[in-house]
Amino acid sequence: MDFDFSAEQVAIRDTIRELVQDRVAPRAAEIDQTGEYPKDIERLFADNGILGIPFPEEYGGISGSSVTICMGIEEIAKACASSSLILAVQALGSYPILVAGSEEQKKRLCPPLAAGDKVAAYALSEPGSGSDAAAMKTRATKHGSEYVLNGTKQFITHGSIAGTLVVFAQTDAKEDHRGISAFVLERETSPWKVEKLEHKLGIRGSPTAQIVLEDVKVPAANRLGEEGAGFKIALAVLDRSRPGIGAQALGIAEGAFAYALNYVKERQQFGQAIASFQGIQFMLADIATQIEASRHLVYQAATKVDSKAPDLTKVAAMAKLFASDMAMTVTTDCVQLLGGYGYISDYPVERMMRDAKITQIYEGTNQIQRVVIARALLR
Amino acid sequence: MIRPLAAEVDRDHRFPEEAVRSAAASGLMGVLIPREYGGAGLDALAFAICIEELAQACASTAVIVDVHTSVGTEPILLFGDEEQKKRWLPQLASGELLGAFALTEPASGSDAASLKTTARRDGNSYVLNGTKVFITNIGHAGLYVVFARTGPDERAAGVTAFLVPAGTAGLRVGQVFDKMGLNGSPTGELVLEDVGVPVANRLGAEGKGFVVAMRALDSGRIGISGQGLGIAQAAVDEARALMRERGHEQGDDFTLADMATRVESARLLAYQAAWLCSRSRPFTREASMAKLHCTDTAMQVTIDALQIAGEEGARAGSPFERHMRDAKALQIYEGSNQVQRFVIARELVNIG
Repeated sequence: MDFDFSAEQVAIRDTIRELVQDRVAPRAAEIDQTGEYPKDIERLFADNGILGIPFPEEYGGISGSSVTICMGIEEIAKACASSSLILAVQALGSYPILVAGSEEQKKRLCPPLAAGDKVAAYALSEPGSGSDAAAMKTRATKHGSEYVLNGTKQFITHGSIAGTLVVFAQTDAKEDHRGISAFVLERETSPWKVEKLEHKLGIRGSPTAQIVLEDVKVPAANRLGEEGAGFKIALAVLDRSRPGIGAQALGIAEGAFAYALNYVKERQQFGQAIASFQGIQFMLADIATQIEASRHLVYQAATKVDSKAPDLTKVAAMAKLFASDMAMTVTTDCVQLLGGYGYISDYPVERMMRDAKITQIYEGTNQIQRVVIARALLR
Repeated sequence: MIRPLAAEVDRDHRFPEEAVRSAAASGLMGVLIPREYGGAGLDALAFAICIEELAQACASTAVIVDVHTSVGTEPILLFGDEEQKKRWLPQLASGELLGAFALTEPASGSDAASLKTTARRDGNSYVLNGTKVFITNIGHAGLYVVFARTGPDERAAGVTAFLVPAGTAGLRVGQVFDKMGLNGSPTGELVLEDVGVPVANRLGAEGKGFVVAMRALDSGRIGISGQGLGIAQAAVDEARALMRERGHEQGDDFTLADMATRVESARLLAYQAAWLCSRSRPFTREASMAKLHCTDTAMQVTIDALQIAGEEGARAGSPFERHMRDAKALQIYEGSNQVQRFVIARELVNIG
């Protein structure tokens, strides 16, 4: 299958590719080493309209297409997985508004996000509620025209830097997943507390926060959908964002492979480039084949998101599962192709291998993807 | 004693001095050295088990002790003359001296026979010049086994082994690398600039160095297999403990079953290679198979264990993410797994 990217999508991708090579790639190692969020790259993306990709034009954006989002994430992740989350989480944090918001909410909340004046984040997980999202403890109690939120959210990407945070909370103590509602918190009016930031195996330049909500007041006008609709919204959002994680995994694998491919052509042992050995060539063939298969699945899933295909849940889960497992295998092999040099921090592939692991875990672990796929098959 | 240090040593990139001292106090530094030279006089199987146990607790400590015990000591044990054995083995057995093995060079990795470091004879000494890279125990070793070219052959037959004590004039530590894992075990460059080495410190005859290196690496592979087993077993045990504590479903149950089965099969392979070695039977093929399978197992099992642990396991300081970072080195060093496949295939197809 040849994906029919529009001229506009190709132009956006090429712009990102150039910006990433010039401005992001040279900073990737340092971002990993210092573990600091690259605010300048966020600014770069905002100034160049990249953070507007998740939004249609009527809400201040430039696309709104999942395919375009994936193209952008993939390009950025080739050089720097941490930076790719700037776009990926802008999409993740905005999807609830785009999927479930009223026209008024979309018109009000989206333009500052599309312009990159604000960063979005998505707060579903809790310390005692990871894969079992319905077990969440965060409560939202209605008082007149506002809700008061209390609880703790865990592993919230960009939770510390976001200006807009979508939070899922129980509005009905008796209910399980049917009692969950979604709220949009704006930092100026509904401030949340950042309890701590995680030190992680990879994606170290992307802050992962534990967030505490203590009597945080949210106007009822910022509830997305009806009370009790939150769990459906959360799942609908994850359906749409999973191809993006697939694209991130794809980009990480492609970045590592491009580096390793060049290396094996240059590295001489036994009087010849190591690429001349069949054992190495077979590794290259397998890696390239896995990347190619993942690319097709990722863009197939993104296309289904854009066309609202009936099987999008299943295919989006497949894309995330397959591409992230692929990225883990491929980056591990790319470190292998560089030998001892692959293992040291002077070369980028060990970072890429560390970055790849999280793609198997977040936005639904790959165990959850398998549950989702099996459920779709057996329905 | 050693296990509680593992996370800190990794976090601070610190040489686990006290762990190595306690290993020495338990006799682990001389496990393969005969009693007459102050060692424990145990065999390769005991050695594999020692390294496995250490790696279960702290992979950095395990690689330090492994390199010392196998490739850092065995060249003297197997190829040294009586005087060299008497002089060096007791200090190595007690842990007073830490051993290291300097074969790899920037342009000579898998193709070890192409090494460029030179040793020029000058009266009763040799003068060594060159740069070695990826040297484990760099800066902490008291004695380096260094391979250099004495000529005239430009490949394996021109290589000679030397014992070079730390502190020798002209011997210095170059870059020490930041690595993905094994952060407690320093790895770096050893630079030799007009290093004078007495003839008495030549190990074996001129031109026999490559044989020394290959034989040392054969037993070294048993040690690396032990490291892989230890890391993999630790990952299995931690995943199991977490599943008991937190609850588990069949998907992860099956993963755990596969993990444990892989580790068990790898262990049998490693012990078989060690047993053959300790019986002085040919074991090159088995040692390569053990190294390949144990380290690939460690990589796969540590990735799977981290997947079971989820995001908590990816937190810096979690044993799950540390095991994964540590495991990757094992597929690379002491002969990358590509070299192991090459050796195994050569043994199968060409030799018999």
